[in-house]
Amino acid sequence: MHPPSKLRRFYEDSDQVVVTERDSPPRLMFFGENFLLEDLPVGTKVVFPNPPIAGIPNVKAAIRWAINHPEGCDPLHAQLRPGMKVTIAVDDISLPLPAMRTPDVRQQVLEVVLELLADAGVDDVHIVIAIALHRRMTSAEVRRMVGSRIFDAWWPDRLYHHDAEDPDGLVTLGTTEHGEKAILNRRAAESDLVVYVNLNLVPMDGGHKSMATGLTNYEGVKAHHQPRTIRQSWSYMDPPHSALHHSTDRVGRLIDEHLNVFHIETTVNNRMFHGPLGFLMKREEEFTESDRLKLEALRASLRVLPGAARRQLLHSIPAAYEVIAVHAGRTEPTHRRILEASYRQYLVDVGFQADVLIYGMPYISPYNVNSILNPLLVQVMACGYFFNFYRGQPLVKKGGTLIVAHPCSDDFDPVQHPSYLEFFHRLLPETRDALVLEEKYEREFAENPTYVHLYRTGNAYHGAHPFFMWYWGENGRQHLGRVIAVGADNEHVPRLLGWETAGTLAEAIDMARSVHGRGAEIAMLHFPPIVMTQGPG
Amino acid sequence: MTENGKAAFFDVDGTLVRTNIVHSFAFYAMNQGTIFGTAWQTARTVASIPFLWAADQANRKAFNEFFYGFYRGQSEDRLLTLADELFETVLRPAVFPGAVRLLEEARRAGCRVVLCTGALDFTVRRLADHLGADDLIANRMHFVDGVATGRVVPPIIEGAHKALAIREYCVRNGLALEQSFAYSDSFSDYPMLAVVGHPAAVNPDLRLKGVARAYQWPVLSTQEA
Repeated sequence: MHPPSKLRRFYEDSDQVVVTERDSPPRLMFFGENFLLEDLPVGTKVVFPNPPIAGIPNVKAAIRWAINHPEGCDPLHAQLRPGMKVTIAVDDISLPLPAMRTPDVRQQVLEVVLELLADAGVDDVHIVIAIALHRRMTSAEVRRMVGSRIFDAWWPDRLYHHDAEDPDGLVTLGTTEHGEKAILNRRAAESDLVVYVNLNLVPMDGGHKSMATGLTNYEGVKAHHQPRTIRQSWSYMDPPHSALHHSTDRVGRLIDEHLNVFHIETTVNNRMFHGPLGFLMKREEEFTESDRLKLEALRASLRVLPGAARRQLLHSIPAAYEVIAVHAGRTEPTHRRILEASYRQYLVDVGFQADVLIYGMPYISPYNVNSILNPLLVQVMACGYFFNFYRGQPLVKKGGTLIVAHPCSDDFDPVQHPSYLEFFHRLLPETRDALVLEEKYEREFAENPTYVHLYRTGNAYHGAHPFFMWYWGENGRQHLGRVIAVGADNEHVPRLLGWETAGTLAEAIDMARSVHGRGAEIAMLHFPPIVMTQGPG
Repeated sequence: MTENGKAAFFDVDGTLVRTNIVHSFAFYAMNQGTIFGTAWQTARTVASIPFLWAADQANRKAFNEFFYGFYRGQSEDRLLTLADELFETVLRPAVFPGAVRLLEEARRAGCRVVLCTGALDFTVRRLADHLGADDLIANRMHFVDGVATGRVVPPIIEGAHKALAIREYCVRNGLALEQSFAYSDSFSDYPMLAVVGHPAAVNPDLRLKGVARAYQWPVLSTQEA
């Protein structure tokens, strides 16, 4: 029984948008490899994520059901015959973030599918990790993703990475009416059946994008990962309104005309933290004394740890994601079902647009698993991913101010991101114009033999990848009036990104109010975990 | 003249192959034609190893000049004839598995592939052909009446002179230095790396690794396929 004085709060706590009052608690936000606890001005609207949807209790049963009851095609077992050539393409560990507890859902799907293939007498099977222009995973990372049993039996002869720079390893299937080339991994293109094992973390993943991007080369990715397409994507998380997805859909449909592709798509809930870090999933109003102590202990520990140890600690904490949907079959109907589940988890209705939007930047992105979130990736998370977590209209008004909390350290991983270093320190001082960068430098980086070699033999992202990361922030940059970085430990990184700096959140809000006025509407997206807004429009 | 083309310059020893100039000479020393000649040259070379090591640590140029003195008195015919066997038995098996791929990638990027080495030209000519190099910048032995004098035709290709040779090569061939690439394993090749627009350390020694980290040069390995 709630006393009358608490009734209003009870109502507010069950809402996903909470208006800050004088006695509201300070809000927790990511701050790179640490966390901030900040008081927000009265009236600030805080958008909280939905609670995690309950996971499927028996994932393998759900996988079996999905492949036996596919969308728009025959069940998988009915498509198999002895002696056929099958390629299984599988998403890499750029998703989910952080890495999920083992067994990874991909391992569970592979175990079911491989057993089925063996029972049907299909021996010519390869598993290709669809990395596109991402880095190759280490063998330990592959083992963790597919499980030791599969790894020991299949790696490296029949379980390997797609190589986007193998001159003999790619074929062109055709060209779309828009001139986009469908270039595909040769092994997949020459197979009787391709099974794509996907994991959707957010609604921009999966669908035609899996094949059209995951198994292609630089030319194939370039067809849609370019500034003009990105500028017309409102937003990436809303495929019907994303020019990027329109393009991958065209390429994907062309692929589907040539190949028999059976998609197995999965998606997870948003249970990003659990156990000792489970309090990070709570609203601050619900923090117990123990939660506050744990938070302070965590912040103090992260503050004193050296960078490498801090990163290792954070990246080694797996997420407790649970599978909430598995669907299989033809590309489009399968993906539609998965999107429904994904939106059910993430979407929060908001009926407003703010002048000022605040969020903290985490330590992780799809492109720095077990590595550093370098300045270019901070940019892509701020102006790309997080900005695009909306459907309808952006949470921040056109010309509004984005306030991001991150140290913006000038720190790069030369093993994973060698071309990022050159991009950031050589190109950005010259121009931030995505069109100029694309025209003048993209191909030079893409064809740089050093970067090609590091991509093919090391664990480095492709030479062209930093360009795509810069373009990825393009619609955020076009929409926002200014970006203010809070807590940057240097001046030059924000300056190169075209951002302003503020020592504290209060100072940043004052700077924003100097443009938008004292009555500026302020909103905060409360990460973790992931939340997406659905606005009018 | 507008310089539009680009080249990739590769050091050889330690970068593309796991051998060095001592291996080549050791092959000649052990194939002297007579048992006494072989024994004498081999013993002489082995006895000099500590001195050679010290010279190499102190100054690569001094090392090369001193070392090539061992060739004095060798017949040109013999050196050239044995070069094929040297390639087949010593150099070819020593090519790093990743080296061929790196060269292919440079060629695919439109680079002219040039080997730039302190080794003697006749010892690496077959290797350059095998790897499909477009050109070879290497030291040349001075011969008088078909007999090696033990001196190298100046300028000796090493250290700063490698950078000079690369610069001259680019000017001569209308290539843009700032668009060109250089690959080496050794700190002694710092000038060669610094002179081009895109340097990279390959299987680097400790000092070069430090330099590469400081200058944010990419670090590659050719030791694995």
